[in-house]
Amino acid sequence: MADYKWPEAEKRKYIGKRISRVDGPLKVSGKAKYAYDTNRPGLLHGKILHAPFANAKILSIDTSAAEKMPGVRVVKIVQGPGSVLQWAGDEIAVVVAVDEATAKDALRAIKIEYERMPHVVNDEDLAAVPTDNKRPTAERTQGEPDKAFTEADVTAEGYYGNAIITHCCLESHGQTIEWTDANNVLIHPSTQGVSVIGNDLAKALEIPAGNVNLKMDFIGGGFGSKFAIDRWGVECAKVSKMAEGKPVKLHLERDAELTIAGSRPSMYAKVKVGAKKDGTLTAWQSEAWGTGGVAGMGAPALPYMLNFQSGVPNYRTKYTSVSTNTAPQRAWRAPSHPQLALITMGALEDLAAALKMDPIEFLRKNINLFAPRAEIYSQELDKAAELANWKANWRPRGEGAPGSTKTVKRGLGVSMHTWGGGGNASNCDVTIYPDGSVDIKSGTQDLGVGTITVLNIVVAETMGIPMEWVKVFIGSNRYPASSASGGSTTVGGISSASRRGSVDALNQLFAKVAPTLGVKPEELEAADGKIRVIANPSKSIAWKEACAKLGSQPITVRGEHKAGNRELSSSGVGGVQIADVSVDIETGIVKMNNFYAVQDCGLVMDLKTAESQVFGAMIMGVTYSLYEERIMDNATGRVLNPNMEFYKLAGAMDIGNFKVHMMTGKGYDERGPVGLGEPPTNSPGAAISNAVANAIGVRVPTLPLTPDKVLAALANKKGGSSNAKI
Amino acid sequence: MQKFEYANATTIQQAVALLGNTWGEAEVLAGGTDLLALMKDYVVAPKRLVNIKDIKELKGITMTANGLRLGSLVTFEEVLDNAAIKRSYPAIWQAVAGVTSPQIRNMGTVGGDLCQRPRCWYYRAGYGILAKDENGKALVPDGDNRYHAILGNEGEAKYVNPSSLAPALISLMAKIKVAGPKGSREIAADQFFVTPKSDNEREYALAPNEIVTDILIPSASGVKTATYEVRQREVLDWPLATASVALKLDGKTVKSAKIALGHVAPVPVDSDAAAKALVGKAVTEDTAEAAGAAAVANARALSRNAYKIQLAKVAVKRAILQAAG
Repeated sequence: MADYKWPEAEKRKYIGKRISRVDGPLKVSGKAKYAYDTNRPGLLHGKILHAPFANAKILSIDTSAAEKMPGVRVVKIVQGPGSVLQWAGDEIAVVVAVDEATAKDALRAIKIEYERMPHVVNDEDLAAVPTDNKRPTAERTQGEPDKAFTEADVTAEGYYGNAIITHCCLESHGQTIEWTDANNVLIHPSTQGVSVIGNDLAKALEIPAGNVNLKMDFIGGGFGSKFAIDRWGVECAKVSKMAEGKPVKLHLERDAELTIAGSRPSMYAKVKVGAKKDGTLTAWQSEAWGTGGVAGMGAPALPYMLNFQSGVPNYRTKYTSVSTNTAPQRAWRAPSHPQLALITMGALEDLAAALKMDPIEFLRKNINLFAPRAEIYSQELDKAAELANWKANWRPRGEGAPGSTKTVKRGLGVSMHTWGGGGNASNCDVTIYPDGSVDIKSGTQDLGVGTITVLNIVVAETMGIPMEWVKVFIGSNRYPASSASGGSTTVGGISSASRRGSVDALNQLFAKVAPTLGVKPEELEAADGKIRVIANPSKSIAWKEACAKLGSQPITVRGEHKAGNRELSSSGVGGVQIADVSVDIETGIVKMNNFYAVQDCGLVMDLKTAESQVFGAMIMGVTYSLYEERIMDNATGRVLNPNMEFYKLAGAMDIGNFKVHMMTGKGYDERGPVGLGEPPTNSPGAAISNAVANAIGVRVPTLPLTPDKVLAALANKKGGSSNAKI
Repeated sequence: MQKFEYANATTIQQAVALLGNTWGEAEVLAGGTDLLALMKDYVVAPKRLVNIKDIKELKGITMTANGLRLGSLVTFEEVLDNAAIKRSYPAIWQAVAGVTSPQIRNMGTVGGDLCQRPRCWYYRAGYGILAKDENGKALVPDGDNRYHAILGNEGEAKYVNPSSLAPALISLMAKIKVAGPKGSREIAADQFFVTPKSDNEREYALAPNEIVTDILIPSASGVKTATYEVRQREVLDWPLATASVALKLDGKTVKSAKIALGHVAPVPVDSDAAAKALVGKAVTEDTAEAAGAAAVANARALSRNAYKIQLAKVAVKRAILQAAG
């Protein structure tokens, strides 16, 4: 039985070191080609006609004028007369033309009669939502919440929440598709599921799965919104066929991208929490609601991290799912967690303020409620407090941290979070060639996690050869199938599969060279570009010479990681973040000073790409905390800001200074790679909201923390009422 | 984008001759940072584009003892790079520095800044400058008006004027020189912007066949000026309120003041009330605050933009304090 386990720390040459992304130079130089860059010979352009209303029935469609326009090749109806469009932006028709401008002009020539119906597009004001759109879900309780609140020494009440935001992928959803013959399709998509969506396309087109050839070298953002072939993918293949199989490029326009290509559900909650004088958390009660579109949204797991038997001993939670005439939600980088963290860690911060306790002290006091990761959180709180110099910089709520002036108040806020992760099902082929070169092929994708770099690291580490000797091939569904990248499971899956494949391939090579060295294969190891005898390292053969023994036959071995296998990868991580902000109390503008993240992800494969993954999450976190909101118009039912002008994202000067610390060593490494893409996205909203409350002495209830809301909260505070009734 | 004819003018006379007699027939192309997006979104659909970028007379920055002349094609980046403007006309330089996108600054022109169309999201979604739905119902009053006007919003127009330069130009009593088929005329900066009553009118006092040729700013010798923008983000972001001030001081006492606000009304607001509140007084936190309060005394919030009254007030206060230094 081969020994696959990860090498011990002192033996690691690449794993856990600070290694630059191997495809970084391609990306920064613009040489990396994305799906959106695919321009095949004879390319035609597809554009979608989107519903202008949030709830309407199509009575008739007349495409004749569009069909007659010069340059138009195909006009195809996607949803015809009788169809009910339940959100603005829904797809009605596709036009294919010789250029984008002609296709767009032709869309406007399609004449449609609608029967309009009433719509609901906003949900924060729950009382204003018609009863038919509200579905209360089952109440959940633990312990005796009423009794616990009666016995609590201190209680705090508050309102917390966030509006819908979108994924806002910089590369919009879409693909280029051509028919290479009557039955075979070539697709260049932007997808999180290289080995997955081709099968879905084949099924929709009623062709054999093997007839879909899918290629994607790089992806310009997915964040959970690019798991499916989507209707526009299937329609793109159909219109390509109608255009004699010619390549058709169909990517969503920015307004459609922000309207229909995925969103993070809203979540609002009225919360009451109770504690003993010494800070022991005893009771939680919440009434929450939110929407993920027409289908509403499932009940969230409140209180976050504390809804288990080991968590808050007494709680009661209620939830109302709201159906709105907005495009369906999609998984957004740690589904539900950022919203849950905001509501929970916000309420706990307000409770700590009511107790006149330092929130870090409050969390430490209750750390055992956060089982099974109490020890991890405890270590991370220490580290985060050290990075932020918490003792010197934190002041009780409303007093203003050092550096505060008459008009600018500084504050610090903390939050903790968790995530599952764990390796997904992955496969790869590892090949050792007689000339000493090595390659690995896997039908996976690099969503930003550093897939290519991690595969390179694992193979080179295992075979004891320089990283440059290894070639990594991903992004084709002709390679061994791997799961879609979701749930922070890619590195766990592909590193485990590639470790197994590399170990098995190496063992085959050992078998070939063992006789030369006069030992048994199991007495060999690979290191420093050599294969050597473990007991006598001076007895060795150079890697290339060893490979030459293969003759003309390379070794190719399938490496496999089955989902749920915990041998090399495990599940469950914790993280702590501290935000340091300044709030201009005359304008309500919040600026980031510093932002600290302490993160666990099990065994770190590449420290540099791991940190950069956390940086990315923090940037996204600042953005959704301060700026992002999909603004829906009650009157027209449309998104008012489907552009990068008013759908606001942070710029480089808006994010402040970041510091990331990855937890490593004992208690972390032995768990194997777990997952990192999502967890650090969970705490920013809570940490930043808490920092603002700490700075100005009052909770700004909902994200984003825009000037209007900050000023309104300050005005309420002056008026004597406060969000957190203390 | 609707197909259009592209005409390349090399003289002012050619340019104005190529423009039509009614709005919408032809559009003037300078930096194109606004126009092209409007055309791609079918918000405007001209039959002809008149490119003026090759007209030499519209270029160049000239500063003399009498004042500053900006050709209408001067880019924001040229202004930003001009040390003399930074020194002598801080209000203008600061307004330009507030456009934090190098791409926009490199392409966008000072003439275009004055003639760009409002950013009202209903207008940009095709509901017209007065933002009415297909039944003629006004969308702004009951809609999401968080970025709309708090002053001058009694009529149908409720968008805000988007110009970055306008408040500074008004505070400095600049003149906008325009040319048409019959020759040139000068318009005082505070008269340049108008509030349209229908979709067939524009937000500025040009005839359809006139173009902006020069911005003429009198000498600011002895004048203390500043622009303060309240912007949520450092990255390119529309101000929520802007104020520009030009102060003449006699010792510590304000002898005269000109104070203008941007992004708060359909036109930039020349606030006599704010100026009056300041004249004859020394500049202090309190007098600056009082001038800010005077500037928004007649403000009227829509359903969601009351916060902008506070922001406008703060912008005036901070611009005054900044100018007085």
